[in-house]
Amino acid sequence: MSINLKAPLLSLLLLLSMMVIWEMATPKVKSAENMTEYELLMGGASEEARVPPPSAIVKKAIEELSNPLYDNGPNDKGIGIQIAYSLYRVLTGYSLAALIALPLGFLIGMSPLAYKTLDPFIQVLKPISPLAWMPLALFIIQDSEASAIFVIFICSIWPMLINTAFGVAGVRKDWVNVAKTHELGTLRTALQVILPAAAPTILTGMRISIGIAWLVIVAAEMLVGGTGIGYYVWNEWNNLDLTSVIFSILVIGFVGMLLDTFFAHVQSAIQYQE
Amino acid sequence: MSQVSKPLIEVQNLTRRFPSPDGEEPVTVFENASFDIKRGEFVCIIGHSGCGKSTILNVLAGLDEASDGVVLMEGREISGPSLDRGVVFQNYSLLPWMSALKNVMFGVRARFPTWTKRQVRDHSFKHLSMVGLGDGAEKRKPSQLSGGMRQRVSIARAFAIQPKLLLLDEPFGALDALTRGTIQDELIRVWGDTDQTIFMITHDVDEAILLSDRILLMSNGPYARVAESVVIDIPRPRNRADIIHHKKYYPIRNYLVDFLTTRSKNIAFIADEGGDSRNIKPQTVRPGLVENLKNISKPEPVTTNLTHNELNKKLAKGAQ
Ligand SMILES: Nc1ncnc2c1ncn2[C@@H]1O[C@H](COP(=O)(O)OP(=O)(O)OP(=O)(O)O)[C@@H](O)[C@H]1O
Ligand SMILES: [Mg+2]
Repeated sequence: MSINLKAPLLSLLLLLSMMVIWEMATPKVKSAENMTEYELLMGGASEEARVPPPSAIVKKAIEELSNPLYDNGPNDKGIGIQIAYSLYRVLTGYSLAALIALPLGFLIGMSPLAYKTLDPFIQVLKPISPLAWMPLALFIIQDSEASAIFVIFICSIWPMLINTAFGVAGVRKDWVNVAKTHELGTLRTALQVILPAAAPTILTGMRISIGIAWLVIVAAEMLVGGTGIGYYVWNEWNNLDLTSVIFSILVIGFVGMLLDTFFAHVQSAIQYQE
Repeated sequence: MSQVSKPLIEVQNLTRRFPSPDGEEPVTVFENASFDIKRGEFVCIIGHSGCGKSTILNVLAGLDEASDGVVLMEGREISGPSLDRGVVFQNYSLLPWMSALKNVMFGVRARFPTWTKRQVRDHSFKHLSMVGLGDGAEKRKPSQLSGGMRQRVSIARAFAIQPKLLLLDEPFGALDALTRGTIQDELIRVWGDTDQTIFMITHDVDEAILLSDRILLMSNGPYARVAESVVIDIPRPRNRADIIHHKKYYPIRNYLVDFLTTRSKNIAFIADEGGDSRNIKPQTVRPGLVENLKNISKPEPVTTNLTHNELNKKLAKGAQ
């Protein structure tokens, strides 16, 4: 059997055995007549709060995914709608960041002066946790929606900016000389030689950025509330609905994986071998 | 004077200094290099590693600037790179994300911006076929080609833009002897078909004799000079197997080897402060005419009134 067939089978086996162990380790729901007085007094709340078994999560998943787009008011929206909100914020913030990071990265990579001028700013701004911007953003922008987008913007700009600058600065001098001896102007050199040459490095930055943006959006939405997958997780935690919490954690993981896979594909398409 | 008899390239008193790493006086790599290249001529330049050959070629290409002196092309001073001067770099310099054909098309599109896509493609394909890469290899990326094939793509790209002057920096340096031979043959054939002017750097004496009309000899740096211009008057067409039997071959070869092993060291390592080496063309030598190799130390000076040997004596005296 080939390794490509063996590995997924083993993954499946591992998943199933973990689920079985988990299922067996979860205490069974007691019926009301077996409850102690204390448990009755608590109205079964501690049972509600116990870690649910995988069977409950699977059931929840089927239920949620069979109707992902329902909308019963502010506190009860389908998982699809929540994900769509989060994706919208991530993609907006991320695209704005790309719009600025890519040209600026080009400039920094091509001009040592621009690099030296901007480097101190980048060095100070880069290590700031994106969430630290949140209060300032809320105060200045006065809009929670836009603030969340801003936080995504600020967290995804750095890897893209730095990788673009790095990739552009590292383009082999020989290739630039090829452009020069063919009398290519600055713009055409940038687009036809430097961009494709630096593309793999730039894309690595973009891939890192989308990963970070997806990490940050959950936290940002927990703070600003209202909509989105981050808010959903927090809301379900407040409802003590751990089944939904675990289900949404898994959904976050899956969507993150899809985003990453997309960039991995683009990356391998523009990758070249020297 | 008619345009035809004027040389294509005139190099006058070219000097290149690099700032020294420890911040002291700049290092003069070569000084007062003056020579001409005629239209249609195949000129090779030989000299020890580090004497400044690539630097000269880069100045001719417009990729580097001289510290002093000028290069004229058709009477006009060159500044910056131009499509009139095609370059084949030592390491091929193909763009690795494009197929061989696209690499050639890249050059052709830049040279003939008004051409249709089809014209560009056909012209590029024709030149790839000329170097034997028209049979499917044109679709491959450089990383999927052998070193020799990459070098041929690079040569095809340079020929396809039909520059007035073709600059080749040790184009066969990294190739094995067999591949080198094949591509040398292709180069001569393509050159013969197109009437290109070629300036080429090489370390290989036999390659230089096989290909050139004239070989420029550079002394060792620093303060390197273009000391002599050796005429290779072996008739064409030449081929690798027969040329070694020509009666002029060994006299020329011995002369070149003698220069590289002994004489290159003895010429000019002194700064020429009085400017005595200005405007001196390298003396023209025809070792093929000398029956007795002992006479080689006194070849007749041609273009100048002061030979480099005399100049050195003078400079050495001044330095004492
Ligand atoms: N950018 C630079 N800065 C300082 N010194 C340089 C620079 N480029 C070249 N040199 C020096 O100039 C000299 C000539 O270099 P060049 O590359 O022209 O030699 P070359 O004759 O082509 O040698 P090779 O045959 O090994 O290719 C060398 O001593 C080198 O150290
Ligand atoms: Mg060199």
